[in-house]
Amino acid sequence: MPPIFRFTRVLLVALSLLFSGSALSQEAPAPLSIGITPVFLDDQLSLLRDWARYLTPRLGRPVEFVQRGSYREIVDLTVSGKLDFAWICGFPYVTAGERLRLLTVPVYQGRPEYRAYLIVPSDDHTTAGLSDLYDKVFAFSDPDSNSGALVIRYQLLQMKKRPEEHFRKTFYTGAHRKVVEAVAAGLADGGAVDGYVWDTLARIEPDLTVRTRVVQASSPYGFPPFVAGPSVEQSDLQRLQTVLIAMGEDEEGRRLLTRMNLDGFTRGERALYDDIERMGRAVAAGH
Amino acid sequence: MFRDLTYRYKIPIRGTLLILITATAVASALIYRAAEDLRDDVITSAEGMSRVLARTLVPPLRRDDVWTAYEIVTSPLKSGPVSPQAIFPETILVLDDQQRVFVTTEPRRFPLLRPLSMAGAPYPELQKIAAGMTGDGHALETDAAGRMHMLTPIVSDGIVIGTLVVTYPGDVFEPRFASFAARAAMITLLVLAILVPVSWYWGVRMAQPLVQLAHCLGKIGPNIPADLSCSLVESKDELGRVSVQFQRMLGELKEKQALERQMIAAERLAAIGRLSAGIAHEINNPLGGMLNAINTYRRYGTLDDMAEKTVSLLERGVLQIRDTVSALLVEARTERRPLTPADLEDVRMLVGPALQKKSARLDWENHLEEEVALSSTLVRQVVINLLLNAAHAVPVEGVVRLCAVIEAGCFSAEICNDGEAIAGERIRRLFEPFVTDRPDGTGLGLWVSYQIAQQLGGDIRVNSEPGCTCFTVTLPVTP
Repeated sequence: MPPIFRFTRVLLVALSLLFSGSALSQEAPAPLSIGITPVFLDDQLSLLRDWARYLTPRLGRPVEFVQRGSYREIVDLTVSGKLDFAWICGFPYVTAGERLRLLTVPVYQGRPEYRAYLIVPSDDHTTAGLSDLYDKVFAFSDPDSNSGALVIRYQLLQMKKRPEEHFRKTFYTGAHRKVVEAVAAGLADGGAVDGYVWDTLARIEPDLTVRTRVVQASSPYGFPPFVAGPSVEQSDLQRLQTVLIAMGEDEEGRRLLTRMNLDGFTRGERALYDDIERMGRAVAAGH
Repeated sequence: MFRDLTYRYKIPIRGTLLILITATAVASALIYRAAEDLRDDVITSAEGMSRVLARTLVPPLRRDDVWTAYEIVTSPLKSGPVSPQAIFPETILVLDDQQRVFVTTEPRRFPLLRPLSMAGAPYPELQKIAAGMTGDGHALETDAAGRMHMLTPIVSDGIVIGTLVVTYPGDVFEPRFASFAARAAMITLLVLAILVPVSWYWGVRMAQPLVQLAHCLGKIGPNIPADLSCSLVESKDELGRVSVQFQRMLGELKEKQALERQMIAAERLAAIGRLSAGIAHEINNPLGGMLNAINTYRRYGTLDDMAEKTVSLLERGVLQIRDTVSALLVEARTERRPLTPADLEDVRMLVGPALQKKSARLDWENHLEEEVALSSTLVRQVVINLLLNAAHAVPVEGVVRLCAVIEAGCFSAEICNDGEAIAGERIRRLFEPFVTDRPDGTGLGLWVSYQIAQQLGGDIRVNSEPGCTCFTVTLPVTP
């Protein structure tokens, strides 16, 4: 590119920055950013694209899904206002306290709840619980995940043990799906996984889940919620809330929900996550 | 066995054998070379992949990130072989700095955090090598099962933090080698498919003159068949020269054989002549006496009917014996009247009726212009004999030809007819007495003619082919 053009481009960028927030931004409204985490099968890019196409006209603003390497990054970006909304696990939601507002809770199998699964390779026919996995290799999904880490930590705490004592080795895969893969491959002798993710995988990728066996399903916990960052306008919050809750009312929305293996969205309450908050405190204190 | 085979096959077989040996040798050399190259390629590509993997594995190994390391090591296996020719590892192992399994593509065989040596042979050996590894270089080990293990140190800031062990199956080379060998074999077969028929064709062509010559030579026994004809290649090479020489020798041999046969015939005829002349003389003397006695008895004796009959019978019998004997006893009587052209014209008139019976045409070429110092009677007798024979042999409406000339001091008359050829067996005995194919013939005509010609110092020859039988009488003219 000749220098003159490069200069012109720099000038244009500078001008657009100068007028941002005024006439220019009114013509093209700033996109609504939604951070997502592997609380669902976030590697389905076509689903995300179709979901964004569904939301954009209903919100009157373009929607942009943002993915990061870990739960923590998404939570940090949302808390600091870099992201408008996020679909995160209940554990970081309760940890963040008042800084995050509850938007909606997905409804799964008729309730805004899900369970955590303890899985082992399918060729392991003997393991019946956590205690059988002593001196074994264990896979967690994300350190900030409820089903993928906290539930197991809490159960070990009940047994008066710490993960590094009980297991020979532990590692984090960063996603529930990868926990299933690690256990299926035999890399880990056991794994903690989101029950909703495992069930959905069993539906769309049975070849993978058939190589694992669910040993334990935990008691129900509040489903990973949609939350709003501190700087989001109440009107924006309400609009997205309405659109998400209404998804079950039209054909296209229902199709998307079916692909996500969800029944719909509900307003939800903070109390759904009280159990998680209690476990989190106990584990933090235990350490 | 092979020695007895005809050159028609021997030369092509040798040619084919030579091509086969050459093709096999060239193909083997190429395959050997390719196998070497292949091994080098495989090792080079394995080294390259190991180096990249070892570098990529540094961060997860330092952060104790098992999952990321697992994703890294499984990625080459997940992508699948790029091509059947590409080398594809069987197992990838990452060891930590204490040679314990950090991560592996086969976690069931190699449990995490366990020493590598627990996996059994050959891994204790590999663990020792890994423990002794320094920052640079790699180690290549082949175990008893033929599997190839490539050990590469994982180095961060000059410190060895782990070891990458990439294991290739024992049959890394075989399928590639086999596919290459199959291709080489295909090309060799293709070349053979072209060359073998060509060599076969050349071989057969090369052997052809030799085979013909051998075939021709085989036909020659004690006698050379008259109809022997050999179409031999005439060229300037050895075989061509042999062929030319052979043809020449064959010609000479044929000539010699003909000459011999002629000589034998002449000798036999001479012997028969002498014998019959001797017998005739011996018989003629008592015959003369017997005739005289009969005459005297008739003239002076008184004969009753019975005696008269007996004497007449005796006389007739004795006269017949005399006629026969005198016919055998051909004597060129010394008659001095020379032969004139008119004598031959007389002969033409004499044979006219015999020819007319067959409606045959007579081509008459009498080139005689003046008197010839030969007995006119004898020449006339011979020519009449030959012409009457010709008139007999000529087919209805055929042609009889006479050509009489004086040539190189010889009188020569050629009498031809266009009848059937005289059979080979008969032609040899043609001039012997009492040989005839006619029921009314005496078989003495040609004998007499031959004897006359002999006595005049000349000769009669016959040449008989279908449609043309010629008798040539040649008589030297003594001035």
